[in-house]
Amino acid sequence: MKHVIGVGCAVALAGTIVWAEAVKPTDVVFEDGAVSVSLSGMPGDPANGAVLMNKGSGNCIACHAVDALSDLPFHGEVGPPLDGVADRWSEAELRGIVADAKKMFDGTMMPSFYRTEGFIRLGDAYTGKAFEGAEVQPLLTAQEIEDVVAFLVTLKEE
Amino acid sequence: MNLKPWMAAAVIGLAGSAFAQDDSTLSIDGEEFVTETEAPAHLENVSTIYSGWRFRTPETQALQVDDFDNPAMIFVDQALDLFQQVDGTEGKSCASCHTDGPEEFAGLHAKMPKVVDGKLMVMEELINTHRQDAMGAEPWKWSGADMQAMVALIGLQSRGMPMNVAIDGDAAPFWEKGKEIYYTRYGQLELSCSNCHEDNYGNMIRADHLSQGMINGFPTYRLKQAKLISRHNRFRGCIRDTRAETFAEGSDEFKALELYVASRANGLDIETPAVRQ
Ligand code: HEC
Ligand code: HEC
Repeated sequence: MKHVIGVGCAVALAGTIVWAEAVKPTDVVFEDGAVSVSLSGMPGDPANGAVLMNKGSGNCIACHAVDALSDLPFHGEVGPPLDGVADRWSEAELRGIVADAKKMFDGTMMPSFYRTEGFIRLGDAYTGKAFEGAEVQPLLTAQEIEDVVAFLVTLKEE
Repeated sequence: MNLKPWMAAAVIGLAGSAFAQDDSTLSIDGEEFVTETEAPAHLENVSTIYSGWRFRTPETQALQVDDFDNPAMIFVDQALDLFQQVDGTEGKSCASCHTDGPEEFAGLHAKMPKVVDGKLMVMEELINTHRQDAMGAEPWKWSGADMQAMVALIGLQSRGMPMNVAIDGDAAPFWEKGKEIYYTRYGQLELSCSNCHEDNYGNMIRADHLSQGMINGFPTYRLKQAKLISRHNRFRGCIRDTRAETFAEGSDEFKALELYVASRANGLDIETPAVRQ
């Protein structure tokens, strides 16, 4: 964890930092399923988070309905609706759920978006072929996780 | 069915009735089909099984109720021609041996896959074995148009009969293997067949209305692809969507999975060839 704190100081000191070292997927510290520090060392961008909810490797609305994104078609019903999710969970808990929901909900169907190990017959994205690269990439980058979390934090009803 | 807390309201609202899919009945040319029945005894987590037809839109459903509207029938007609067509070194067609025509195969589909001399056989292999051994002809490609047309023609002879594959005796070890595959969470998304088709049938996943993933209507005509889709091609697509390395069409794994998935439909009427979006 030391280097994370170090990065935090660097951000504070330099003011306009463009790059900070991310916590590696294998180094994330979960406490009761929650993750207290930013994985990228940077704040998230809720607007980009909203984009990721609908696209790319996020595609959260494949399984979750979100009223705030009702302009987008086809919200799924596999997971609970995410309206008011920030009333139910803290930012740290939301970060933990998005990074690796299996830590919070044992055996859940929700994919682990910031994990790189422990897969059975890992493929090369959606080609159906075996993964052959050197390093497995998580479904979302550290910054993308932060962006999604920043969006989820805005989902308040109370 | 695994009920989740946020579904409870919906279930209470419709207590007693099927809530997961529509309640229409399928009849083709006046003949009624069983599209919903008690699950076979071996199914642990599901009490009622449903045909995939029940989960489709009225527009797609309608294409299956009249054979003149069913686009798969063009391929069935082509297979009737293939049945008569001489091919291979022996100068024979299917009809040379099967003199009563494809009708001879009534009931066969209901019992496939089955174990023959210790080997698990699926329809595609039965067809290719006869092409090679009896006709001296080249084997057809698994998901090729000729093969799937012939699988559909033979399947059609059992339409309206209940699926009834054997899972005991010689079949047991293959069935166990298929079951294990069905419940394995593959790929980077770590999803098993059961996650989608057992825990979530009736729910939307993005734009798709999840069915129980039954194969009693295969090969199915898929409107999107405008052709007949084989069972193994469908399995491949579903596993690929979990960001996994799939198994090959015709592999031992997919044959075992086919036996297991077929057994989950035991009791549902065969609808081959069905129509899907
Ligand atoms: C394949 C389905 C699936 C996908 C994709 C998915 N989730 Fe989930 N999610 C679930 C399920 C199922 C649960 C319920 C947890 C459980 O199993 O009890 C859940 C729970 C949650 C919760 C807790 C909600 C609550 O009210 O308790 C949050 C927050 C969440 N997901 C966010 C996301 C985000 C953000 C994404 C995309 C980056 C995402 N999910 C993608 C299936 C999914
Ligand atoms: C990520 C979710 C998901 C997983 C995992 C999945 N499927 Fe599917 N499957 C679908 C969707 C979506 C469809 C199209 C809608 C439908 O018929 O359910 C489908 C369709 C099917 C169909 C066609 C049903 C019909 O009536 O036309 C079969 C058969 C099938 N799946 C079998 C399987 C098997 C076997 C596995 C595991 C190897 C599997 N699926 C894994 C999502 C999934």
